[in-house]
Parts: sequence; C-alpha cells; structure tokens
Amino acid sequence: MISARGLRKSFGDFEAVRGIDVEVRRGEAFGFLGPNGAGKSSTMRMIASVSPVTSGELRILGMDPATDGPAIRGRLGVCPQEDTLDNELNVFDNLYIYGRYFGIDKATCRERAQELLEFAQITEKVRSRVEDLSGGMKRRLTIARSLINRPDLLLLDEPTTGLDPQARHVLWDQLFRLKQAGVTLVITTHYMDEAEQLCDRLVVMDKGLIAAEGSPRELIDAHSTREVAELRFGVGENEALAERVADLGERVEVLPDRLLVYSDDGEHVVAQVHERGLHPVATLVRRSSLEDVFLRLTGRSLAE
Amino acid sequence: MTSTTRQTDRPAGQISVIEGVTRQYDYWLTVLKRTWRGGVVSSFVTPLLYVVAMGVLLGGFIEAEPDKLEGATSYLAFVVPGLVAAHAMTLAVGETTYPVMGAIKWHKTFFAQLATPLAVRDLVNAFLAFVIFRVASACAVFMLVLTPFGVFETWWGPILAWLSQILVGTAFASLVFAYSVRLKSEEGFGVLFRLGVLPLTLFSGAFFPIGNLGPVLEWVARLTPLWHGVSLSRMFCLDTVDWSLVSIHVGVLVVLTAIGWRLAITGLDKRLEV
Repeated sequence: MISARGLRKSFGDFEAVRGIDVEVRRGEAFGFLGPNGAGKSSTMRMIASVSPVTSGELRILGMDPATDGPAIRGRLGVCPQEDTLDNELNVFDNLYIYGRYFGIDKATCRERAQELLEFAQITEKVRSRVEDLSGGMKRRLTIARSLINRPDLLLLDEPTTGLDPQARHVLWDQLFRLKQAGVTLVITTHYMDEAEQLCDRLVVMDKGLIAAEGSPRELIDAHSTREVAELRFGVGENEALAERVADLGERVEVLPDRLLVYSDDGEHVVAQVHERGLHPVATLVRRSSLEDVFLRLTGRSLAE
Repeated sequence: MTSTTRQTDRPAGQISVIEGVTRQYDYWLTVLKRTWRGGVVSSFVTPLLYVVAMGVLLGGFIEAEPDKLEGATSYLAFVVPGLVAAHAMTLAVGETTYPVMGAIKWHKTFFAQLATPLAVRDLVNAFLAFVIFRVASACAVFMLVLTPFGVFETWWGPILAWLSQILVGTAFASLVFAYSVRLKSEEGFGVLFRLGVLPLTLFSGAFFPIGNLGPVLEWVARLTPLWHGVSLSRMFCLDTVDWSLVSIHVGVLVVLTAIGWRLAITGLDKRLEV
C-alpha cells in the first residue's frame, strides 16, 4: 500500500525527514511513533500526497504522488491532526459536501453521510452546527468525513490527542471495526497505549529517522527486558543507591522519584534488594511496556 | 491492484478544469445560502445610498456642460457608471481578503479540500468563480434599479457596461486573492483598504473627470486598473464608445486578471505546502 525508500523532506535548511524506509501492507494497522518534531506529520503529509517529496522514492497504492496525486487522494481518507471541519456548515453538510469533492453523485453522498453518522454515533446531531459539538464528536465526525469515499487507506494523524478517556475508547473501537473491515490504517501517535492497542506494526521515529521497527511485542523484546522493577527509596537517596543495585538488572535508570531496574525477573530483583539490606519505601514489578522502549530510544529529555 | 488499471492520457485521477469547479458547486451554494442576506445590504443597499446621496442630492448642486462631464447630461448620469464599477472592485476585494485568509488560517477549508482529488488550481478557480458570481449579480441588480433614473442612453450600453463591471471585479478578485495568500496576518488588509481601495475609489474617475486632477495626476489615474473599468462602464452607459479605447481597457483588465490568476495559484500552492 505504501512503499518509501530513502524518503526525505526539507523545509529550507531544516530537514524534517532525513531518509526513511517504510513498507505498509494491505489490511494492517501501521503506526508512526515519535516525540513532537520527530517528522511524523511531515511523513504523513507526503503520504497524503499534499506535500511534495524532497528526495527519495515514495509509492502510494502503487502510484507516484508527484504525478498521480489526485488519483491517490481519491482513494485515501485523511484525518488531520487539527480538525479541518467546516464550522459554518452543519454536521450532515460537512459529510455531504466533502463527498461531492470526490465526484461522488448526490444520492450516494446522502446515503453514505447517513451511514457514517450512524457509524460515528452522531445521528442525533445531524442538523447541528459543528461548533456545538464536543471535542470527541468533532473527531468522530472528522473520521466519518475521511471515510466518505470508502478509502483503501486511512491516515490518522494523532487521532485521539486532546480527547477524554471515554472518547478515546469509543474511537479505538471504531478504528478497530474499520480494521476488521479490511481498511489499511496508518496512525501517528505519541500515546503508547494507543499504539499497543491499535498497531500491528510500527516504527519509532526520532529526529527525522527511524529508530526502531517491528510489532509492539517485538520492539519490547528487542529494546527492553521482560519486566521492570520500580524501587522508591525516598527523595535524594535514589541516585546514591543506584550503584548498589546496578548489577541486579540489565540496566538501571535513575529518576528523581524512583529507580527502574530492567530485568527478566522483577520479583527476583526485589528479593535481592531486600537481601542486601536495602529497604525501599515502595516497590512495584510490572511488565515492560512500549513506553519503556519509546523512552529508551528517544530519550527522556524534551525535544522542543 | 485492480482499480489502478483505469488508464487515461492525463495523469491518473486528474480532473478537468470544469469538473474541478463543479465538484465544489454544492459547497459554494451553501456559502451563498448562508451569506446572501448580509450580501443584500452590502451589495445593493449601500451602493443605492451612494447613488441617492452623491448622484441625486449632491449632484443636484452640480450644473456642468456635457463636455465637462465626459458627455453626461447630468452629474447623476456621470457618476452612476463609475459608482457601479467602483462597487464591483470593492465587492471583489471584500470577498478575496478575509475569506481567503480564513480558508487558510482560521477555518482551514483549503487544507480539507486539498486532501481530496481537488488541486490548488481547482480551489482558486471555484473561489474566484463564486466572487465573480457575487459581483455579477450585485452589479446586475444595481444596474436594473438605476434604469428608471434615465441615466442610460441606449438599451445595449448598460449590458456591455455590466460586462465591464464584471471584468473589473474579476481583475481585482484575482489580484487581491494573489495578495491575500501571501499575507501572514490580516494587518496587511488595512494597508490594502487604506492605500489601495480608498484612493482608487476616490481618484479613478468615478466621482469626477480625471482631467480635473491636473496633467501629472491624470496620467497616474490612467495607470490604475479601476480607471480602465470606470471609463469602459461610462462609455457604454453614455453611448460615447471609442472602440480603440475599449480594446485598450479590456486588454489591460484581461492581462491583469491573467497575472493575478497565475500568482493566486502559485501563491496558494506555496502557502499550503507545509
């Protein structure tokens, strides 16, 4: 569905994307993870065939965006990071008019708009103005709008940023249903739980490059241990005690409020800590998550 | 992939210029439905007030020979064709300033539209087509309302004058569209209105013959696009047509339209590439 080789995007002197290779297969949910400024959105806009490729090769649905942009866009659904709904139009017209841009006839547009309102669970708002919708409803409407042309490939740029937990879960359910229906999804996010929930495969981007690639499970296996023991010794003591537990895991990370010991057996780590006469105020053993991988690969410091 | 087999001479999926506009017909129809009421005031009522105040009431004090009024038998007959042409400009500028910036910055309409098979060219074409429609309908009603005032010399003159007013609107719409897409903030519009629209309205021969400006300023006035439109509109209304002058006026306005149109497309293309 998507194939990129040495893909680059520059804005003047600034290189947003610095040569990435990506392969997205039909029917899969593919994720771009990365901190702000990693180059995710620039990559998405190139895939959406609205931003010209600076260099490298990009094929979407077998076509070249430089020459076949309109044909590609006709088969894509795009849910941008910022809502671009028309606030002046009502909910129904937002769907109907958007469908007309694709050259879909009026009757089909009306029919699909009605279906999509049901899918997005906003049927009761059909004549409401967009301004009056909640954030979650706007997002669902944006996704509904991106489906008006029955796309083969749906691009979602940070689909749940800014939504409350209920709204996020409703959205995840809907994206899951789309995936079941065979739509290929490409998602950017900086929420690890979202990536673990939705993505079959993902790449972690950092500073315009791909730092790692694989399924969530593969990435955890490759870049972290099975478990993490979190030890809280109290403020100021964590750093001093880090050396005394360093040999207990593959890696120890010092945070202001706790020590993280990466190991395949967290309980064993905790037992050893106690054996050494150390008494943390609190301990927690948990499985490694994608978040551990992400922070390992992209660092804890702010990118901006 | 089966659906990529549709082969044409054009790059795959490219839509024709006509279709690029017609696909946006429903959008602009809803815009029209939403805005026509406000448009009635600005398009018809305001200019009518001008005609009454400047043409009828103020003009009542002005007694001049027709040769001093470019052939008009009354000041009202002199000022009306110029007023309508200036109005065409004002409308076109109004429709291509804040609405264009809104579609880029505030509502992001252009970004949403560009995620579909529509191209930048199609967005510009449909936008300008709508503005031209607004100018054409407003000027048509204006001209019809003026008919009973007895300011037109022939039946066909006002029709050609109306077409000239549309041409004025088209030229300004495309030029100002090109200006607006290059503006980062709306402060630039204040400059445009104060240093562009207002002086043009006052000094392009709409209210008085530009001969009154003195030789130097008269030539400056002749260089302004609005003067070409005012002169066209007036020649047709007063039946003082000089066809060689007509071809110059039309030529200037058509060239300006073409330049503006081109710059509008290239400017918007650059602006939307983020």
